[in-house]
Amino acid sequence: MSFITRGFSGRSRDRDERLPPGQTLVEDWPVLSAGPTPDVSTDEWRFEVRTESGRHEWSWDEMQALGVEDVTVDIHCVTHWSKLGMAWRGVPLDRIFEEVETSHDYVMAHSYGGYTTNVPLDELLDGQAWIAFEADGEPLDPEHGGPARLLVPHLYFWKSAKWIRGLVTMPTDDPGFWEQNGYHLHGDPWTEERYW
Amino acid sequence: MTRAAWHVATVAEVRDETPTARRLTLEVPTWPGNEAGAHLDLRLTAPDGYQATRSYSIASSGDGTRVVLAVAEVPEGEVSPFLVHDLRAGDQLEVHGPLGAYFVWRPGGAAAGAEASPLRPVQLIGAGSGVVPLVAMAAAHDEGADATPFRLLYSVRTPADVFFADELRAFAEAPAPTRLGLDLVYTRDAPAGAARPPGRLTPDLVAELAWPVEQRPRIFICGPTPFVEAVAGWLVAAGHAPEAIRTERFGGA
Repeated sequence: MSFITRGFSGRSRDRDERLPPGQTLVEDWPVLSAGPTPDVSTDEWRFEVRTESGRHEWSWDEMQALGVEDVTVDIHCVTHWSKLGMAWRGVPLDRIFEEVETSHDYVMAHSYGGYTTNVPLDELLDGQAWIAFEADGEPLDPEHGGPARLLVPHLYFWKSAKWIRGLVTMPTDDPGFWEQNGYHLHGDPWTEERYW
Repeated sequence: MTRAAWHVATVAEVRDETPTARRLTLEVPTWPGNEAGAHLDLRLTAPDGYQATRSYSIASSGDGTRVVLAVAEVPEGEVSPFLVHDLRAGDQLEVHGPLGAYFVWRPGGAAAGAEASPLRPVQLIGAGSGVVPLVAMAAAHDEGADATPFRLLYSVRTPADVFFADELRAFAEAPAPTRLGLDLVYTRDAPAGAARPPGRLTPDLVAELAWPVEQRPRIFICGPTPFVEAVAGWLVAAGHAPEAIRTERFGGA
């Protein structure tokens, strides 16, 4: 139950319907990372998917060759900011999973630098997620996850793992890094799945 | 870890922290306590139901129901100018927390989630209002008479901009085993008798003032994004293990 804080009126009454509850629109692009920014070149960059039956790997060029898409999406950070209508460029996960067989329902995303985050596999498919390497027409800066990050815009942005280097499928929804540190296992911004 | 929840908070005290920031002491009867370095979400509600929520680091820690914040005014902001200029003792708001189990220091020598290793020193590095969670760590270290060697390197514009100046001075004058090594680096104006002329942090200065690589310090860095990016990069380049460095950033890049 909420109550009124004396004297507070706030500002933005014309709430954009694309803004989930508890979010504020930003024009800049805040950076949140738990540690130092890794330095990964596209020459050394590799992306792998490991399943119960084997391992698949793509180099930078092989990834691009899977087929690049331009998408415009909104992103929502659990720390209460959102950016709307961002132009991104990347390879849809559908293309990657055309080459992968698994009976597992979940994946753990792994990053250069050691970050992890868990996502249900069916939320990465059907045009819902990309391996992204450009934002707003520019290559992704390292502090924003360059050279490539996972992009899962319908979940809070900690799920869009920076410096992505692979996915490991798993039979159960095991918690990743922030999920072990108090954040929600799933992370839907529209139902405010922020914390446990 | 304590499950986070919404709590009603009453403002117990407000005071100027710096010319552009205010210290807010909240009384939160249902607060479950928090670790040093944790943060919370603060929510304000207007008469028509409009709400605004922002995250703030907590300057206090432990089991008490007093929660201390230090809020810097973000020009053009919607929430921080209200907190800095309009909020007064007796006002009520809501807080959600405690949040964050990673950027925290636990007495006994171990960072959260790490094995206990009392001999590894702790290096805190902060800029501007980014010192707030580091103050909580330094205070927990001081109050617990913890023997982990602790240093704080604090980059700040002028002497008037130092957050928690009296508290930090007291920690730096504590008896030897728990004394905080305090290095203030002034970027704009240094006081008379300062160790060096005003200027930005450099890789050499960080190497000079931080625990050396051989001591394998645990490092906590908090400040504006460009500051954290630069300092964390220098430390990794100098040979510190990336996994020994925990960061908290604010603002865009």
